[in-house]
Amino acid sequence: MSENKKFVQGNEACVEGALYAGLDFFAGYPITPSTEIAEILSYRLPRIGGKFIQMEDEIASLCAIIGASLTGRKVMTATSGPGFSLMQEALGYAVMAEIPCVIVDVQRGGPSTGIPTHGSQGDINQARWGTHGDHAIIAMTASNHQDVFAVTVEAFNLAETYRTPVILLFDEVVGHMRERLVIPEPGVIPLVDRLRTSVKGGVDYHPYLPREDGRLPMSDFGSVHRYNVTGLFHDMWGFPSAEPRVIHGLLHHLVDKLENRTNLIARYKEYYLEDAEHLLISYGSAARSARHVVENRRLRGEKLGLLELQTLWPFPENIVREKCAGAKSVIVVEQNMGQIMREVKLAADEPQKVFLANRIDGVFITPTDIVNIFRLIQGKGV
Amino acid sequence: MAAKDYLRERFFPHLWCPGCGHGMVLNGMLQAVEKLGMSKNEIVMVSGIGCSARISGYVDFHTLHTIHGRALAFATGVKMSRPELNLIVPMGDGDALAIGGNHFIHAARRNIDITAIVMNNRIYGMTGGQFSPLSGPGIRATTAPFANIDYSFDVVELAKAAGATFVARTTSYHVQQIADIIKKAILHEGFSVVEILSQCPTYFGRKNKAGDAVDMVRWFKDNTTSIGSKGKQENPDLIERGIFVQTERPEYCSEYDKIVEIAVAGQS
Repeated sequence: MSENKKFVQGNEACVEGALYAGLDFFAGYPITPSTEIAEILSYRLPRIGGKFIQMEDEIASLCAIIGASLTGRKVMTATSGPGFSLMQEALGYAVMAEIPCVIVDVQRGGPSTGIPTHGSQGDINQARWGTHGDHAIIAMTASNHQDVFAVTVEAFNLAETYRTPVILLFDEVVGHMRERLVIPEPGVIPLVDRLRTSVKGGVDYHPYLPREDGRLPMSDFGSVHRYNVTGLFHDMWGFPSAEPRVIHGLLHHLVDKLENRTNLIARYKEYYLEDAEHLLISYGSAARSARHVVENRRLRGEKLGLLELQTLWPFPENIVREKCAGAKSVIVVEQNMGQIMREVKLAADEPQKVFLANRIDGVFITPTDIVNIFRLIQGKGV
Repeated sequence: MAAKDYLRERFFPHLWCPGCGHGMVLNGMLQAVEKLGMSKNEIVMVSGIGCSARISGYVDFHTLHTIHGRALAFATGVKMSRPELNLIVPMGDGDALAIGGNHFIHAARRNIDITAIVMNNRIYGMTGGQFSPLSGPGIRATTAPFANIDYSFDVVELAKAAGATFVARTTSYHVQQIADIIKKAILHEGFSVVEILSQCPTYFGRKNKAGDAVDMVRWFKDNTTSIGSKGKQENPDLIERGIFVQTERPEYCSEYDKIVEIAVAGQS
């Protein structure tokens, strides 16, 4: 068992999760603070017969993994802000063509080159709306290495289940921090394998005709079914179509397959919510400080609770509304200018009780920062 | 199998204009595939965006119609994952060498076994006739109403410099040569570049008073010559056709297989 226990960076925990999930193809381009993921995989993947390729840029990296996914592989790329910006067009392609893939964005301060070696959570809305056109997307995050591992496995499972790109929004703090990771034995976390069509060769296969349960069985490139994959609106054969009925139907399918399952996809953790009078909502590295505040204040008898979100998109609005109900105040703790706070305000029945505790200067938000804001909200001096 | 058997008739008629050269490229390409006796299941065609890119929809292979300029990046992923598949990547001049220029030179540098076909009609057709990096100075386009001042790439020289191990050029007039060259390009182990001069009577032709499709194809006949021909010596302005480069250099996927062997052996 001791060999399954490691002291690693968050980026390595992500690699371990990906390999546990069955990753066997990675393409990437060096960028701080995600580079360790590529470095470790360049060593680990060939050892298990997998493939690693360093591409000429981030655009090519995402394109390459989409191509590899179509041949039946479990694929991933990893980047940070500027590279994530470059990937947006190919991300939309993966949404439209319904290609399972995992994209890791280890967030750093932006916009532009920003502050590459410091943490931030500024890409939350980009993950949601960065690519053009209406669509739905799954984005997840985690605050510690055990959870980084678990949500990475989950990302692969969701990508395969819903034939969709899944974005992992980690951040520099979690990515570079070292912490203990216990890698579960194989089989402990269930894995979702690619759903392949049972249609025999020679029989008309419809790659884009959803089954009754909404899933679309795939056929690997190189096997018996030859079909077209395109980023254009397309019919059940994958052939371009400009028919209003087809466009309407496909766009609804792409959005509904995820948004109608928001509660199912939602992953979150609760701390002391049962009797909480004040609710903190946080995610990623910021949730570490938020949890510290809650536990510390509980020792003093103050009834604080924490809702730690792990699925950010589709935003679990019903769950958030429910948890916010009755709270004297809701404080969203994040390292941006309120990207998730806006979502919480939209979800909550009493948006005037929703406040922001943030830090945007490249410095990790501390429990003291949160407590100071909490005191201000309560009308107390800092 | 007849060339026709490689088509998806369900998706015809095609969207190319009357007189477009891209159908001639399609014809030559299918003849090449037929001559090689390849199974449809072992071919993956990856294309980008533009008139040329629509070629992938019409053929009964595994087809991946992607985003503008990135076809070679997608193809690299497919090839790297399944090296036993044959990758054919038809691209337009803007697709391959403007937005896709970076992927073009890097695919050549890696010498990954992909057949890249540049269908060069020196114009952006699908968006209505803007100049491309292959239009050349003096050409009229909707974005060069007075005359284009951009110097053009020479696809052959660029591919050679970037490291492509098979580089050839022909035109839509020379349909048999298209088939012959594409056949050799597919058989070549490494990155192959085939430039095919193709006519766009609708935009390039009209904007530049180049006549109709027949005139433009005749221009290819009259203004090109075989590599190193006597004609070229007498008239250096003629464009050379044929195979410029056909060399051996370790292919990328084979080299990676060796890395896998080393990595696997290192564990025991």
